[in-house]
Amino acid sequence: MSDLQAFREETRDWLELNCPSEMRKPGDVAWGGRNAEFSHPDQKIWLERMGEKGWTCPTWPSVYGGGGLSKEENKVLQEELNSMNARMPLASFGIWMLGPALLEFATEEQKFEHLPSIVKGEFWWCQGYSEPGSGSDLASLSTKAVKDDDSYIINGQKVWTSYADKADKIFCLVRTGPQEPKHNGISFILIDMDQPGVTTKPITLISGKSPFCETFFDDAKAPAKDLVGGLNKGWTVAKRLLEHERTMISSFGLGSRGEVGDKKSGLVELSKKYIGLDSEDKLDDASLRSKIARHDLNSRAFGLTMQRIGEETKIGAPSAASSMGKYYGSEHNKLRYELMLESMGTKGIGWEGDSFSIEEIAITRDWLRTKANSIEGGTSEVQLNVISKRVLGLPD
Amino acid sequence: MALVLNEEQQSLRDIAKEFLQKNAPISHFREIRDTKDPLGYDKVLWKKMAELGWAGILVSEEYGGFNFGMMGMGGILEETGKTLTPSPLFATGLLGVSLIELAGDEKQKKQLLPKIVEGNLTTAFALEEGSRHAPCNIATKAKKEGNSFVLNGEKTFVLDGHSAEKIIVAARTNGGNDQKLGITLFCIDSGTPGMEITRLSMLDSRNVAEIKLKNVNISSDCLLGELDNGFSIIEEVLDRAQIGMSAEMLGNATQAFEITLNYLKERKQFGSLIGSFQALKHRAAIMYSELELTKSSVVGALNAVDEKSNDRTRFASLAKFKAGETLHLVSNESVQMHGGVGVTDEYDIGFFMKRSRVAQQIFGSADYHIDRYATLSEY
Repeated sequence: MSDLQAFREETRDWLELNCPSEMRKPGDVAWGGRNAEFSHPDQKIWLERMGEKGWTCPTWPSVYGGGGLSKEENKVLQEELNSMNARMPLASFGIWMLGPALLEFATEEQKFEHLPSIVKGEFWWCQGYSEPGSGSDLASLSTKAVKDDDSYIINGQKVWTSYADKADKIFCLVRTGPQEPKHNGISFILIDMDQPGVTTKPITLISGKSPFCETFFDDAKAPAKDLVGGLNKGWTVAKRLLEHERTMISSFGLGSRGEVGDKKSGLVELSKKYIGLDSEDKLDDASLRSKIARHDLNSRAFGLTMQRIGEETKIGAPSAASSMGKYYGSEHNKLRYELMLESMGTKGIGWEGDSFSIEEIAITRDWLRTKANSIEGGTSEVQLNVISKRVLGLPD
Repeated sequence: MALVLNEEQQSLRDIAKEFLQKNAPISHFREIRDTKDPLGYDKVLWKKMAELGWAGILVSEEYGGFNFGMMGMGGILEETGKTLTPSPLFATGLLGVSLIELAGDEKQKKQLLPKIVEGNLTTAFALEEGSRHAPCNIATKAKKEGNSFVLNGEKTFVLDGHSAEKIIVAARTNGGNDQKLGITLFCIDSGTPGMEITRLSMLDSRNVAEIKLKNVNISSDCLLGELDNGFSIIEEVLDRAQIGMSAEMLGNATQAFEITLNYLKERKQFGSLIGSFQALKHRAAIMYSELELTKSSVVGALNAVDEKSNDRTRFASLAKFKAGETLHLVSNESVQMHGGVGVTDEYDIGFFMKRSRVAQQIFGSADYHIDRYATLSEY
């Protein structure tokens, strides 16, 4: 028996023993944090067991609390998790974005301080990048950090900080070199949200609600040791972290479970339900059927492409290709919702009330939410600029 | 499923690339076209390709082949798509070999396959009868008379039909038009009396012929596979054909994009390189994304054949759909981005637009495959 086969069997046994039955069906995912809320006690148990084993971050080195698995072992783990329909133990910007950046840019001391707590979901991290005046032109940001003894004093405002009202800590881009050219005067710093100088205010979107907030810093403090990647060198960290963010958003284009293979998209099932089939068992709207099939085909092509890029890069490190995934994935996801709305007819345009089912209203509101997919994490236009410059080598 | 080539497949492709760039670049295609070469390809070149093993890629080892699979064949076809190299590789090495391997009896395989591998026998597949891909729309009749069959009908759009020595004909021995049952395959010498083969002059100079069959009398030894049950073989061969053609189209699109990208980096207007204009940059980046999706679809489909996936047919439609749409987009944009020179015959870029429209018709357009994919997915 190969080592990998042995690993598969051990893993299966462990999961069988440790994954609570409640966690083996779809449902909401825990976000952890100081004031962690769990919709079911099993959510907490599942998070603790997976965190203890380092399997919330399977490929991170075990010295920092990760699972220390190879890429092949992680693939086995994910397959086993999928096959038992297990829920993610933890949703976390710490895992998806901050952690990988710390692994690459932080000092040993910083890694030992922050990574193990991310693995266990002890803090809820949020991201402080955009500002009211700095969206696509992120490097023009103006939130200031000024050194004062062993601390930095931070003043300014961030926007689009997802879950800032629930988060414990924020990883933030701040201006530390006001005299430097814009990209060169930025630092990357970790700030505790639980202090008098930090306040947040939710933002309502066209979909009716959102996790987004405005975040204000008014003489907020961060210890100097929490500056990551060196003074005025934050842009390098920021760029890499954005690649991780793009990779995360790309996965939206793959559908709810990121399915690649034979599974029919939710779009097809939905359209069957609302449009129905004709006497030849074809969707009873030839034009829409063709649009849906085209979308279905592109879903499959996109899924295969994400898989291939993963295989090509081996370690799964994001690259300039993440811009392609972000661009295509978000445009594709927007189109999926457009087609859902079209399939549902007047059932897809309700806002509230008993005339529409919960699912119908949710889809309508999710459709509105997808409009931000091609804006957040760098607009589609910014991604196309990145591709043309960094992949295709076109001149400025 | 592996979506990345293994070492052997990569090395086969590298050799193909080097060989074709050196011996059969686009200028070779232009020369064959301009001299109105009666064969439509260079026989010496084909011999060399056979020596490299390309004609026998899909042939089993017991018949002298290399059993290298569609992943191997796809890589070479992609490279010939880049150089537009005219050769019998697709019609013989893919279509003919697949038909004989899948349908032929031991005697036929022993007789035909080694000759193909050596580059001494070429074949063509006479299937289509109308102006759109409709594989069971077969009216050509084969009537049994004693120990022979008599064929009557008309075939069109037969790839390499005018130069092949053996023509594999799909004819109706039973059932009505549009029915799958009752279709039979025959392997016939191209010189058989009653066969009238006319070379067609296509937009992209691809080698295609029309074949009229008037009381063509053939021995029952010509029967390839089972009587009346040829369609299941045809379906499997068509999947391979669609996937192989997609690989070639991916090569076409990749090359057209490459040429255009270089042009964007050297052509100046208004004192700037045109590649610095955002109106062109964004479109180039969109083409890149579509090419990446096409590449994955083609590799996935090639692999589906080799792995005997039960989803092979849907993969074939995925590949042909994606290759068709992407080549259409890239070839149009390439001509536009070249500006005035893009519509001159002197520049190569127009070749790719012409090739695109012909390749899309071969074995089903993107729309045909959208419909087939939806039907196979049961909606």
